[in-house]
Amino acid sequence: MSAIWSITKKELVSYFTSPIAYIVIAIFILLSGFFFYSLVWWFNTQAMQMAQNPYYFQQVNINQMVFAPLFHNLSIILLLMLPVVSMRLFSEEKKMGTEELLFTSPVSVIQIILGKYLASLVVLLAMLVLSAIPTIFTFIHGNPEPAPYLLGYLGLFLLGAAFLALGLFWSALTENQIVSAVLTFGTLLLFWVLSWAAYSARGLWQDVLNYLSFFEHFDGMTKGILDTSDLVYYLSFAFFGLFLTHSVIQFRRWR
Amino acid sequence: MIETEQLTKKYGDLVAIQNLSFKVEEGRIWGLLGPNAAGKTTTMRILTGYLPATSGRASVAGFDVFEQAEAVKQSIGYLPETVPLYPEMTVESYLGFVAEIKKVPAARKKAAVDRAVQIAGLQSVRKRLIRNISRGYKQRTGIAQALIHNPRVVILDEPTIGLDPAQIKEIRDLIKSLKGEHTVMLSTHILAEVKEVCDGVVIINEGKLMASGSLEELARSFSQNDGVYLKLDRADGEVLNLFRQLPGLKEAALEGAEIRLEWPWGQDLRTQVLKFCLDRKLEIKEMRSLAMNIEELYLRIVSGGMEQ
Repeated sequence: MSAIWSITKKELVSYFTSPIAYIVIAIFILLSGFFFYSLVWWFNTQAMQMAQNPYYFQQVNINQMVFAPLFHNLSIILLLMLPVVSMRLFSEEKKMGTEELLFTSPVSVIQIILGKYLASLVVLLAMLVLSAIPTIFTFIHGNPEPAPYLLGYLGLFLLGAAFLALGLFWSALTENQIVSAVLTFGTLLLFWVLSWAAYSARGLWQDVLNYLSFFEHFDGMTKGILDTSDLVYYLSFAFFGLFLTHSVIQFRRWR
Repeated sequence: MIETEQLTKKYGDLVAIQNLSFKVEEGRIWGLLGPNAAGKTTTMRILTGYLPATSGRASVAGFDVFEQAEAVKQSIGYLPETVPLYPEMTVESYLGFVAEIKKVPAARKKAAVDRAVQIAGLQSVRKRLIRNISRGYKQRTGIAQALIHNPRVVILDEPTIGLDPAQIKEIRDLIKSLKGEHTVMLSTHILAEVKEVCDGVVIINEGKLMASGSLEELARSFSQNDGVYLKLDRADGEVLNLFRQLPGLKEAALEGAEIRLEWPWGQDLRTQVLKFCLDRKLEIKEMRSLAMNIEELYLRIVSGGMEQ
């Protein structure tokens, strides 16, 4: 455990002494702030119009009208930005020759992988927590339901965790950070597009494609529904990513 | 302390090393010598557990490299060819990190870092970022990293490459100071380094073992006699005949302007030769050892091969 933590600390030093973490976090906050602001503005105008009709006014719901679209927008931004967070994790070690130090230390490959993964999760957490600060004001000046709000952020975190595991896998395959980021980005887009393909598919195929798509599992959470199958999906996706990373590293050394 | 048996490594069809067997005794400094691409780095990577061997056995500090990898990694300090540094860390925090992953207990971490800084002479740069220190200090940081957990075996891959002559001397002195307490294996293709630092060598070429042993053993296996080349104010048959009266001398011969004197290994007639010359008023211009120097030895071994 202490070995994992040592690796995590070292990775965090690398993240926060280079501009990468700051830029990613700052841009994420900026974009999420912009989306939040424009959604609240739109919500206000809508609410004002609806207030004139008692029937429609019943249906004004800040969770549905502000947070659900906000979470969807943020999930796409994560897809675009997290490959940048994960790209250096193994690529850099390989390029700098430092992986020789790591792999000749009495630390297991699993501990190295978990340490690195944990550090990237800390960056993700920082992105989400810092970007959530402005949204707290809706609780002060209104009364959104907390469950869909919290589950939405949990969903974003799980989604991001899955993205990062996939990114870790690609970074273990190449010593070029750009290649690693592009491959991660491409794979994530592919999974995104799966949900579009699901529309035109029929029967079993539709179910399979829908199941594989990242964002299908995210929908329920933004509505405040916690389905264990969604949790299982994200966790097994992350686990699979880490498992593949481990296999790649072992294979590269043992071939 | 380090032992290999029929060690072989293939990358696909390419044979990097083939049936390497050698042995390094405890507390000695041993050189791994060979031309570029001879398999030096591969050998070291196998010993440190970075790469698995295709076949054969290797043990370090009494542990099998393949069966007891973790114990081996714990007993080895390793400086790879590319010094594994994180430029964004300070020297001190980097050494602290290495101490942690080498499982130095938290209570002893600070002392371990201080000790490594002391040995490697890094006091003046310990708080600086690694990206900002000179090449020589980077190399020292790499060596400090290898010594941080006070390992029994230290493996250094080309420790003086790319340094200026003053830095090379400093690093060599540093390596020499490790003798006795640590068993050191260093790879190099600089022969002067071997002569100055090492007790013995393993010479490989194209992945095959050409020779191994202490420098003296190797020199002996190449010539039957020890002796000197002597340069006097004159060199002729008369002088030669004078020398033939010297007791214990096996051979005296004229070689150009020099006189070659030989005697069996184990005797040292140099003092007698000096005295002999003084008594007969022969003026000595130069005297040098007949024993093959490392350059000659190396060239003969690498080009010709040798029965060992």
